[in-house]
Amino acid sequence: MSILVDENTRLITQGITGREGMFHTEQSMKYGTKVVGGVTPGKGGQTVLGKVPVFNTVRDAVVKTKANATMVFVPPPFAADAILEAADAGIELIICITEGIPVSDMVNVYKYLQGTESRLVGPNCPGVISPGKAKIGIMPAHIHKKGNVGIISRSGTLTYEAVGQLTALGIGQSTCVGIGGDPIIGTRFIDVLKLFQRDRGTKAICMIGEIGGTAEDEAAYYIKKNVTKPVVGFIAGQTAPPGRRMGHAGAIISGGQGTAEEKMKIMKRCGIKVVKSPADLGKTIQKAL
Amino acid sequence: MKIHEYQAKEILRKYNVPVPNGILVSKKSEAAQAAKKIGTSVVVVKAQIHAGGRGKGGGVKLAKSPQEAEKHAGNILGMTLVTPQTGAEGRLVKKVLIEEGMSIAKELYMGILVDRETSQVLIMASEAGGMEIEEVAADTPEKIIKETVDPVIGVQPYLARKIAFALNIKGAALKAVIPFIINLYDAFVKEDCSMLEINPLVITSDDRVLALDAKVDIDDNAMYRHKDTQEFRDLDEEDPSEVDASKFNLNYIKLDGNIGCMVNGAGLAMGTMDIIKLSGGEPANFLDVGGGADEEMIENGFRIILSDSAVKGIFINIFGGILRCDILARGVVAATKKLHIKIPVVVRMEGTNMEEGHQILKDSGLNFAIGKGMKDGAQKVVKAIK
Repeated sequence: MSILVDENTRLITQGITGREGMFHTEQSMKYGTKVVGGVTPGKGGQTVLGKVPVFNTVRDAVVKTKANATMVFVPPPFAADAILEAADAGIELIICITEGIPVSDMVNVYKYLQGTESRLVGPNCPGVISPGKAKIGIMPAHIHKKGNVGIISRSGTLTYEAVGQLTALGIGQSTCVGIGGDPIIGTRFIDVLKLFQRDRGTKAICMIGEIGGTAEDEAAYYIKKNVTKPVVGFIAGQTAPPGRRMGHAGAIISGGQGTAEEKMKIMKRCGIKVVKSPADLGKTIQKAL
Repeated sequence: MKIHEYQAKEILRKYNVPVPNGILVSKKSEAAQAAKKIGTSVVVVKAQIHAGGRGKGGGVKLAKSPQEAEKHAGNILGMTLVTPQTGAEGRLVKKVLIEEGMSIAKELYMGILVDRETSQVLIMASEAGGMEIEEVAADTPEKIIKETVDPVIGVQPYLARKIAFALNIKGAALKAVIPFIINLYDAFVKEDCSMLEINPLVITSDDRVLALDAKVDIDDNAMYRHKDTQEFRDLDEEDPSEVDASKFNLNYIKLDGNIGCMVNGAGLAMGTMDIIKLSGGEPANFLDVGGGADEEMIENGFRIILSDSAVKGIFINIFGGILRCDILARGVVAATKKLHIKIPVVVRMEGTNMEEGHQILKDSGLNFAIGKGMKDGAQKVVKAIK
């Protein structure tokens, strides 16, 4: 089993005619994801990648293709609008890859989504993959292997690192969810933990956090109360100086809050197996299984 | 992006948030004239640097005459101001703000930020003005008033009243503080601030309400829609190598160690710094070359890492996703030759086109050490510089 995306996912890409949108739509198709269409306003009626119809609006795409998921590659100034359009059209799963959306746009998007049935993953994330079933996003497909470890992470390449270590040890993944490196994101650690706990195909969970905010602390308390599966965790940025934004918009220690040390302490106290070195993720998960 | 106090106050004026009369001065000789023009019996001379805690470092002085203002301006301009936020090296003061003095009846705190817990805008206020809000939060959290703002309706008068009453504001000042809060929120949203802090917000003995100090950070991601604020960027306040890196879309932050690192992805870049430390070394920088790095970016990355004379070795850690290892390897080889790099370089590559990448390194005839995994790579570079 898996969570969020699988054989039943019917995907459209918003911003499909752009360079990135087109390339990653093709990669997702090659992996076996059911890509049913794309949206670029003003380019409706075209067909791209041999068979993928392009629509002017997400509503059109949903009516014609019964799409239930979208991958957003729209540039930052227009990405919030694209997410709102997808939610308005009733898309269940909105995965936003775009990096650099203004925070004030996301404040509005977050509020609007609370009144809808849509789930947003990201923005500023690599996407979601359920190995062997479907991939929505920019992660390199070939490093993954079908299996029973669920991964949740704020970082893209650090997720690949964990996946690479697991696959090298012969351990596969149920689903890998990149929740994104921005301060405001649609799906948090807790939301994904809830799904992994319920998923019968997931036997262990790997949680990769980083400095900034308190999402990992909240997740740790949630795990202590609600998660019975073993959880292995890592926090990036143990050596990061306070007050500096470490690449991700959300990776900043401010006012003494959000340090790796504090997060690791709370996670340990809540029963999570915390590794100090990212190189130990694979081995520690192997032991936990 | 951080901006100066005088720039923050320019923004506040635009939104009708009252601030003291002030004149910006960059020469000692202009100070007396400015003080005369302001005309109050007391003026305040304030150093303009991005770091807080200026008063503690001697960067804020009261002057009772234009001559005294000139003397203080002379002392502050050109000084290297060390505050709890600048680090030991301090910051060179190039501008001072000369402002009207006033009779203060009450000092309050007001801050607006995006609260990550609720993903909404939060107004924080406290009667303990003039103090570090982090200290107030730690010692007496009950003294902090917090109100989350619904973005659909913004700050309505009722919410502003609620905050004002909680701050025990009375009389004529109460009437003045309501539009103050509403306009402050307006400025925060319309100018895409990521943080706006008024500390202190003062009530004068004649019941005026003013932002005596103002600290504003602007959301970098929203810069494209604020052409006028872009001009507020002060390159003198930034590390020159970081400014250089930003021209090439490289995310570089200088640190204190001696092992340079070049990584793709912010999380892996932080993880790489961590593993260098765990292996007994000290990272010299954070550098994320991103997913779309080409040969030119890699060369510039190398050049910027090497501009730090403390760097004794370099660790390249790449997990190729979108970024292909063969492209990276070509960039590394070209840069090593062009820049005549003599210090040890350890390369760890995995992911897309890894074999081709390794072949390119091998065929180059250059002496790269190869890391098998990030732990091995980190240990090799730490060993190589010892």
